[in-house]
Amino acid sequence: MSTPSTVDASPQAQVPLPPVDELPRRGRSRPRSRTWRRALRRDWQLYSLVILPLVFFLIFRYLPMLGNVIAFRRFQPGGSVFGEYWVGLRYVRMFLADPTFWQVFTNTLILGTLTLVVVFPLPIVLALLLNEVRARRMKRFVQSVSYLPHFLSIVIVAAMVMQILSVDGTVNSIIRALGGDAIPFLQQPGWFRTIYVSSEVWQTVGWGTILYLAALTTIDEDLYEAARIDGANRWRQTWHVTLPGIRPTMITLLILNIGTFMAVGFEKILLLYNPLTYPTADVISTYLYRMGVVSSNFSYAAAIGLFEALIGLTLVLSANLIARRTVGTSLW
Amino acid sequence: MVTVDASRKLFQPTRRRPRRPDDTRGYRIFRAVNGIILTGVVIITLYPFANIVARSLSDEGYIRSGQVNIIPRGFNLDTYRLVMSDSMFWTNYRNTIVYTVTATVISIVLTTCYAYVLSKKDLKGRSALVGIAVFTMFFSGGLIPNYVLITSLGLKNSIWAIVLPNAINVFNLLVMKAFFESLPTELEEAAAVDGLNTYGILWRIVIPLSKAIIATMVLFYAVSFWNSWFTAFLYMDRSELFPVTVYLRNLIAGATTATSTGSSSDSLAQAAANIQAVTIILTVLPIIMVYPFIQRYFVSGIMLGAVKG
Repeated sequence: MSTPSTVDASPQAQVPLPPVDELPRRGRSRPRSRTWRRALRRDWQLYSLVILPLVFFLIFRYLPMLGNVIAFRRFQPGGSVFGEYWVGLRYVRMFLADPTFWQVFTNTLILGTLTLVVVFPLPIVLALLLNEVRARRMKRFVQSVSYLPHFLSIVIVAAMVMQILSVDGTVNSIIRALGGDAIPFLQQPGWFRTIYVSSEVWQTVGWGTILYLAALTTIDEDLYEAARIDGANRWRQTWHVTLPGIRPTMITLLILNIGTFMAVGFEKILLLYNPLTYPTADVISTYLYRMGVVSSNFSYAAAIGLFEALIGLTLVLSANLIARRTVGTSLW
Repeated sequence: MVTVDASRKLFQPTRRRPRRPDDTRGYRIFRAVNGIILTGVVIITLYPFANIVARSLSDEGYIRSGQVNIIPRGFNLDTYRLVMSDSMFWTNYRNTIVYTVTATVISIVLTTCYAYVLSKKDLKGRSALVGIAVFTMFFSGGLIPNYVLITSLGLKNSIWAIVLPNAINVFNLLVMKAFFESLPTELEEAAAVDGLNTYGILWRIVIPLSKAIIATMVLFYAVSFWNSWFTAFLYMDRSELFPVTVYLRNLIAGATTATSTGSSSDSLAQAAANIQAVTIILTVLPIIMVYPFIQRYFVSGIMLGAVKG
């Protein structure tokens, strides 16, 4: 940025410019502010368009970031958004000594890991399978059907899960037909993780194939040709041509998934869990929701939330760094 | 090294040549298995819908005894009549429509303005403006500070608590920016020579050229606002302000507490089963009806975002 600004400010560069840019030479302003003034004068209409969006970002995105200071301050409902006075790390020490916090922390890690391990690879598999379908219409039909759950409200998905898994639901009627006893799935902590991950698979896998299918169409046909001449069968072509071809997409999506690792399906868990399943279902985000919004311990909940957000940011930054160092693909 | 080259050629046109399948016996078996797997995927995806439709049309006695799977038993439309005669359902349904329309209009205006400015490559301060938006994708204030802010701004129980905090989705913003960047600049330059100012160029030249992307964005925003429930759940205390998703949520949440308290209230929870099914169907119906038409817009929008993002 410094190079063009010095060039613009030099008298030689000003000669060919239209008169609009001949600003009054008030004082000895530095080149940087000179060019800013010129930019504002020339493009003020463009800048005026960003005012409202910027106000949005400042109030509803950046102000809450600053609002996190209440994690270190005494906060009174109805008082200042930024709290009353400093209390240091009191709330941080409090949650670190809270056994429930460690329980929900562990649950978050387990659910996050399960989601990553089970849900992340499946769209790749489905995309590869779809890629082998020769009948165009069949392929398009399967795609259309598998995208559908993505468009449903999470409330609808939760309601469907409850219907299918209820004591009179389909899963239990199969169990009864096989001679078993009905299981109240949603009341048993042992089933929660399975239910969560399966519903996640149902809802997201189809839509997740889109980017992979797009990447698959860009693989050069000549590579398959060459592989065939070298005697590679279908499986080896997939392994040596197709998979490396979609690797950048895989890595980008993996980094993005790692970024949301800590925020595992907050809304879905909030809809599906109940006090009976807290031992496996309660995660950091649901715990801080109950602590903050339900029980009004805002500072305590904000401290936990800040901790969660910082871990999330660290995870995505390190995943990005590792990806860039090792395979040369990264988000930025 | 061949493989690396393949990955670098992302999104470059390739010569499409019919790929000769290697018709070995193993591959034929694979294709048969593949067909079975994909059929399974279709069935598993569609089954819950079929189940809900069957339940919505069934007699509650058959549902309670676990006899309703994909074929309705004790066919009747009484449950539909019952749910549709609930005035709160319609109040909340109307709220959903009002919230969705208002929020979508505001979102589109803000996103278009910001994206258009971001697409001006030689604008001073452009990279800072991009950075301000993109940073919020990776770090957010979190639930509690947001809640405190909205509450202290006095937005509780108002439509603005739903509309304003989610006015710009950064992903949508980047998709739109990518589209504007792909427009030819000559038209705008010609319009500027003809004396149109920036607002005129945006309104008379750029927006008419961007109908497709604006339609896509309208769909993106409208579907996400139609489906959202948590913001309303968080900031609305009075049931006449709820959107229909919160109405449904309260219905299913009531059912879980009833079943979890034991067998005595079991019948109450089960009586709600067909009511739940009907409410699900009525809520999801608009989405299902437009789905065949909107699907390809979503796909193309995602692609555009992926190329740039």
